[in-house]
Amino acid sequence: MELKTVESIPEATILFAGDSGDGMQLTGSQFTLATAYAMNDLATLPDFPAEIRAPAGTTYGVSGFQLHFGSVNIQTPGDEVDLLVAMNPAALKVNLERVRKGGSVLVNTSAFDKRSLDLAGYDENPLENDSLEGYQLIRVELTKLTREALKDSDLNQKEIDRSKNMFALGLALWLYSRPVEPAERWISAKFAKKPDILEANLHLLKKGYHYGETTEQFVSRFEVDPASLEPGRYRAIQGVHALALGLLAASVESGLPLFYGSYPITPASDLLHTLSRYKQFGVMTFQAEDEIAAVGATIGAAFGGSLAVTGTSGPGVALKAEAIGLAHIMELPMVIVNMQRGGPSTGLPTKTEQSDLLQAMYGRNGDSSLPIVAPSTPGDCFEAAYEAARIAVTYMTPVMLLSDGYLANGSAPWLIPDPAELPSFPVKFATKTNATIEGEEVFHPYVRDRETLARPWAKPGTANLEHRIGGLEKQDETGNVSYDAANHEMMTRLREEKTDRVARDLPPLDIYGAKEGDVLVVGWGSTRGSIQAALDRLLAAGRSVGAVHLRHVNPLPLDLEEICGRYRELIVPELNNGQLVRILRDKYLLPFRSFTKIQGRPFMAGEIVSYVESVIDGGQDNG
Amino acid sequence: MADDKKPRKPTLPPGMGGKSAAAGGKLPPGKRPAPTLPPGKSASATLPPGKRPPAKLPPGKRPPGKLPPGKRPPGARPPGVGGDGASGLTRADFSTDQDVRWCPGCGDYAILATVQRLMPEIDTPKENVVFISGIGCSSRFPYYMKTYGMHSIHGRAPTIATGLKASRPELDVWIVTGDGDGLSIGGNHLIHLMRRNVNVQLLLFNNQIYGLTKGQYSPTSEKGKVTKSTPFGSIDHPFNPSALVLGADATFVARTMDRDPKHLKRMLRETHDHRGTGFLEIYQNCNIFNDGAFFEYTEKATKSDRTIFVENGKPLVYAGGTMGLRLNGLKLEPIDLTGDKWSKDDCLVHDETSVELAGVIGRMFRVDTLPQPFGVFYRVSRPTYEDQLHSQIQDVLDRRGKGKLGELLNSGDTWEVSG
Repeated sequence: MELKTVESIPEATILFAGDSGDGMQLTGSQFTLATAYAMNDLATLPDFPAEIRAPAGTTYGVSGFQLHFGSVNIQTPGDEVDLLVAMNPAALKVNLERVRKGGSVLVNTSAFDKRSLDLAGYDENPLENDSLEGYQLIRVELTKLTREALKDSDLNQKEIDRSKNMFALGLALWLYSRPVEPAERWISAKFAKKPDILEANLHLLKKGYHYGETTEQFVSRFEVDPASLEPGRYRAIQGVHALALGLLAASVESGLPLFYGSYPITPASDLLHTLSRYKQFGVMTFQAEDEIAAVGATIGAAFGGSLAVTGTSGPGVALKAEAIGLAHIMELPMVIVNMQRGGPSTGLPTKTEQSDLLQAMYGRNGDSSLPIVAPSTPGDCFEAAYEAARIAVTYMTPVMLLSDGYLANGSAPWLIPDPAELPSFPVKFATKTNATIEGEEVFHPYVRDRETLARPWAKPGTANLEHRIGGLEKQDETGNVSYDAANHEMMTRLREEKTDRVARDLPPLDIYGAKEGDVLVVGWGSTRGSIQAALDRLLAAGRSVGAVHLRHVNPLPLDLEEICGRYRELIVPELNNGQLVRILRDKYLLPFRSFTKIQGRPFMAGEIVSYVESVIDGGQDNG
Repeated sequence: MADDKKPRKPTLPPGMGGKSAAAGGKLPPGKRPAPTLPPGKSASATLPPGKRPPAKLPPGKRPPGKLPPGKRPPGARPPGVGGDGASGLTRADFSTDQDVRWCPGCGDYAILATVQRLMPEIDTPKENVVFISGIGCSSRFPYYMKTYGMHSIHGRAPTIATGLKASRPELDVWIVTGDGDGLSIGGNHLIHLMRRNVNVQLLLFNNQIYGLTKGQYSPTSEKGKVTKSTPFGSIDHPFNPSALVLGADATFVARTMDRDPKHLKRMLRETHDHRGTGFLEIYQNCNIFNDGAFFEYTEKATKSDRTIFVENGKPLVYAGGTMGLRLNGLKLEPIDLTGDKWSKDDCLVHDETSVELAGVIGRMFRVDTLPQPFGVFYRVSRPTYEDQLHSQIQDVLDRRGKGKLGELLNSGDTWEVSG
């Protein structure tokens, strides 16, 4: 029964917003799933407060889920919102500025009562004055319609009202011609043991969907064609799940059992949750009493021959710093995952930021340079995690893996990798003595591989290789405690040189856009999508710009300096107060410009476009 | 935080030279502390005479292990125990070529010698033994044990041991810590180790002082103690380590002393044989910064009256059998067994499995009217952390079979994009 016209559009951005208890994250993730089924490209930005249930109706309790999808290449969650679904006045107040002029605002008019308006800080009802002029206002009495739809249900009033997000989801699915079945299947599985709620949710989902067809508020609905993605099998994946799978893949391919030690912290806890479910792969997860115990146990597991990983966010890395130094001087392989969030201190726990780069570089006592790997998209978290583990074991070193809240929570379509095509991950444990003292065969734990400078990994349980390691400086080769001045200098330089040698293995950098010209944009980590979306616009406008994106921040790729020399201007966009830019200036003594945003949100492509244009057109001091 | 400086050679710190010798202030008149010999010298004194094992294997050879390591029921002894060499190894096989850098006269020497002497008697293959320590004088221990070892960072040895034992349950993991390392900076890890009941041994060398940082009061120092950091006396109330770990639901709690090598060795053995976290507090004399802290309990003149060595199933008697302890209501009361009024039958009988009794004995702590208890206060069986961890994994493997990476990657909602 298609009564409405269908308008085909290349892309759209939708934002679901409501109270933290309104189920907006669930609504958003179900819309994402349906969008994946519709085979669009997509990127998401869940955005929620640190409070679990902030007081209802307040602006600080607003939870949002933004989704950008299309038949075209989608790299960011969208600069501007085409459709805002606002469940209450506070959600409208907080998010209206993100809606493009001429965009649509769907409001739950039932929630615009005096009390809710007061809570949101509205002096007068925005639905009744001209404040929404310039937007297409879609009024839906969501709460009322939900109550009517469930008037025969056994659920109580609270449960009924809480289900209204399903009505909204159904309506949104209809509006963008998404399939309803994935959400139906999910609801059926989720509430299998609660038939009342199951039935109510399915009923509301359908009611919402049909409401779109019958209401006269919509003259047309939209359709977004499948995106032209590289052929293969896809799934929509959140960065945190891809990262867990990457670690697991490293464990399977290396044959090393995976040990994950962690202490709950936003936004890294989901990594612990995910890995704790992989017991059929022998994965050991350990929820420690604190961050230090988590990294300590990880060091113990590394000593014992496991693929040892600890995960946390910036505050946790601060607590682990001393132990990471220990792993560095003992030269044990492990991966430290930092899901960065807004800092300093507790900062903005649920918001994204890239401000722990200098902490990863320098945040320990003594000279202790560690390899730093940074994923750039949700799907890339898989490869980056695998790579971090491989470097750790190959070079016998702790490796920092710098993800962030945006990557962890964001979703994107992911071309599922074939395990057979993963890079090889050989592991060699020491089994024999490697030195002789006065005719006796002995084992020296700090005899190094000539290529990688890695020391041998001798697991306890291996006969005749008994040895002691620790935090005191050690003599080269023998590993005995040494306070010798020259030895300390040599060992410090050796450890740094070992980190530097990781660069020898790195593939050449990919240059996006112009291979030489006016501007090179140098990015790292989760800003890749924003930078490339910006470059697409700049290139389309005929600008001479290129971009390189660093997965490896330490050591830096060997070809970076040469590439930098091909451009007139160098720009480093970061979600911090300028961190990579300091490293680059220090290393290359070139005039890199810093472009920063410190708002707990990713870059909008438009922001980067404006900055690059202003640099090319000569309006920016080198800041 | 204790920094880690190179320990000084024999020279005593200024002003300390006389103090060590003048420990007589705490000693009974005319009594001198036991001679402070280097470990090699004192060793022979405690070797059980004539207890050489019959068969000696060439060095490095071991008889095939009969039981998986750590699987021995509590208390069971492997055959042939009684002296060095039961496993074909000797104490020398467990000594490294590193110079031992503790101050001459330190109680740590005796503990090291006793542990090295015990090692050949336990039926764990040498390569499966791991010593892990934190920071402090006691934490140098692993460097002197010719086993796998790690000298880690301040207070964190229990965490490292937990990760190692959880991931490699077949290893025999020993934690060596002190009162500062284990109870101050690492106090949190210590209590969590106890509640998890990881099957490791924790040896707490308690000297009631910070030695490596040169003489500040520790969390076990007595209130009022004058140290470098408390020139007017400490105002800190000290920990009672036994009560602390009992509060954390430790499954094995014992105390011994550096100056009673026989008891020390027996307690080390019992601690090792306990399946679960074995907590052994060792009173250890720091002859430089806190000389004589335990002389009341360790020296001949007072030891008998001021200590009670508890044994499972036996009445609580001390002072050569002339005194006993009975329970009067909820309180312990010393009773004179030499008169007509009381006999051994009136004494409280120790039961290691009673948490209530462990509480009573554990709280017999520096009370003027009561002796200080030594021995095993508490020993119960509870599933270990690593057993539960691996049985959960095994359960899932049994139910679902071994995971396949390709299947997991392709699970959930997927779709195909054709070329």
